[in-house]
Amino acid sequence: MHETTALLIELGAIILGLGILGRLAGRVGFSAIPLYLLAGLAFGHGGLLPLNASEEFVATGAEIGVILLLLLLGLEYSASELVSNLKTQYPSGIVDFVLNAVPGAAAALILGWGPVAAVALAGVTWISSSGVIAKVLGDLGRLGNRETPVILGVLVIEDLAMAVYLPLLTALLAGLSLAGGSLTLLISLGTVGAVLYVALRHGRLISRAVSSDNPEMLLLVVLGLTVLVAGVAQELQVSAAVGAFLVGIALSGEVAEGAHNLLAPLRDLFAAVFFVFFGLNTDPAAIPPVLVPALILATVTTLTKIGTGWYAAKRAGVRTAGRWRTGGTLVARGEFSIVIAGLAVGVEPRIGPLATAYVLILVILGPLAARWTEPLARRLTRTPAPAAPLAPAAAAAEPSILEKPLPDTGVAESAAPEPNDTAPSHG
Amino acid sequence: MEPTAHVSKTALPGVGTRYDLNTEAGKHLSVVVHQDGRRILAFHDPEDDDNCRDAAPLAPHESSALSKLLAPDPVAHLHQQFEIDLLTEHIPVTKRSPYVGRTLGATQVRSRTGASIVAVLRRTDAFPSPTPDFRFALGDTLVVVGTREGVDAVAELITGG
Repeated sequence: MHETTALLIELGAIILGLGILGRLAGRVGFSAIPLYLLAGLAFGHGGLLPLNASEEFVATGAEIGVILLLLLLGLEYSASELVSNLKTQYPSGIVDFVLNAVPGAAAALILGWGPVAAVALAGVTWISSSGVIAKVLGDLGRLGNRETPVILGVLVIEDLAMAVYLPLLTALLAGLSLAGGSLTLLISLGTVGAVLYVALRHGRLISRAVSSDNPEMLLLVVLGLTVLVAGVAQELQVSAAVGAFLVGIALSGEVAEGAHNLLAPLRDLFAAVFFVFFGLNTDPAAIPPVLVPALILATVTTLTKIGTGWYAAKRAGVRTAGRWRTGGTLVARGEFSIVIAGLAVGVEPRIGPLATAYVLILVILGPLAARWTEPLARRLTRTPAPAAPLAPAAAAAEPSILEKPLPDTGVAESAAPEPNDTAPSHG
Repeated sequence: MEPTAHVSKTALPGVGTRYDLNTEAGKHLSVVVHQDGRRILAFHDPEDDDNCRDAAPLAPHESSALSKLLAPDPVAHLHQQFEIDLLTEHIPVTKRSPYVGRTLGATQVRSRTGASIVAVLRRTDAFPSPTPDFRFALGDTLVVVGTREGVDAVAELITGG
């Protein structure tokens, strides 16, 4: 077969297959990410059918997928949102990092993979999936809940932390010395700071320079700018993904909205290609040996995320049931764990299978945890009578709704008066 | 004096904004305004106020239909007449204005007219409750609240008429 013809046939088959899988996922109401990963696993290296003609294209597509994922993430946030969240929520961010990155790093060290892999695996277990969680919140009708800003705040801090973490990881993976690594980190921190400052002060100027009434021009300008910045960032050892994220943050207002609408379909296409590519490069035979560590890691980091959510919600004055919901919702890991693992695979190939298994478990468990953590916690901490002392430590903080009168009494407590919100506005 | 409802506002980064209203009847409602224009009307659970018992997603045309049904007076938003005859007006800062580039304090609006400048609108954003050192720029729109006479006096001051 002719080279191009084979490429077209393979590529068409891949994308059509993804479309069908996506529809299946939609019907079951699940994220399509695990299906894409499984599809990639099924083919490619050690799979049913090696893909040769389209390999190079898929690899490039995967790169673009990561760039678009982070660009659109950046477009969703304005610089002022990032900064205000950082100010109010940084303790939760620190707790989140300590509780969730440490298990990953410890696992890598226990497995004897060395310090660089430990830093990479720490990232895999640390970052929750903004995409999955935002969808779950909408599906469960919880966008109006009091704990939702807390959940989103934690996600924002994680995403911002990625802008520091990714360059550091890239430097380590490139085998840079301590001095070189520090320089890279300084460059990226300086860049992040500069972009945030410019976006806060002169966001309108940037947006006006990029703005265009013609969708075609806007698409080309934003996409070209992003890929160019990503390439330059890669050249400076700062990581292409972070460059794209910063471009997204620098654009604000109408331009961001227009670009978001234009680029969302492109992101969906290339992000799907990225997940397939990751699966393609993972040998399915390598998964069973790491299944046990992946399960242990998933269990531990599910509990630590619930703890993180509990703490963050408690800081925000949310009551007990809402704290459980916050924790359960944050459990899902997804696209960014795979992005981080994808970077690290070159140095430590065993991270690929472990991360794949880990994400497969948690991307499926995440939405379930979001739904069921609170009812389960309520059941476990339910006391026989309101007068009885609370036995479990978890509910010791305050007399709360967990002490509801039993259903047969038929009396509901009235809600406590709520603390004043941070930003009152007279409507 | 007609009671005014107190609506509180919370930012939802990456999603939009949430507005909360506690009604006199003891219900807690919230409206989530998505960045993409969708609205979600949610009713909070009386047993767990942090949680929504029910949430209704509304497309833009549905929420505008619902708001028409809910609005007690279809022209209320055109001139907000209160019991004490206060009104709100938007006054542009044109290039003829003597206050372009000068501060709010320099106008002495409060002491000279009795009306207040409660907000300043610029092309892209709004500055609520500007302080006396707030500097006006060409093209600003001042939101002024006061009596008819007071607001007219402010308009005269600002436009340099």
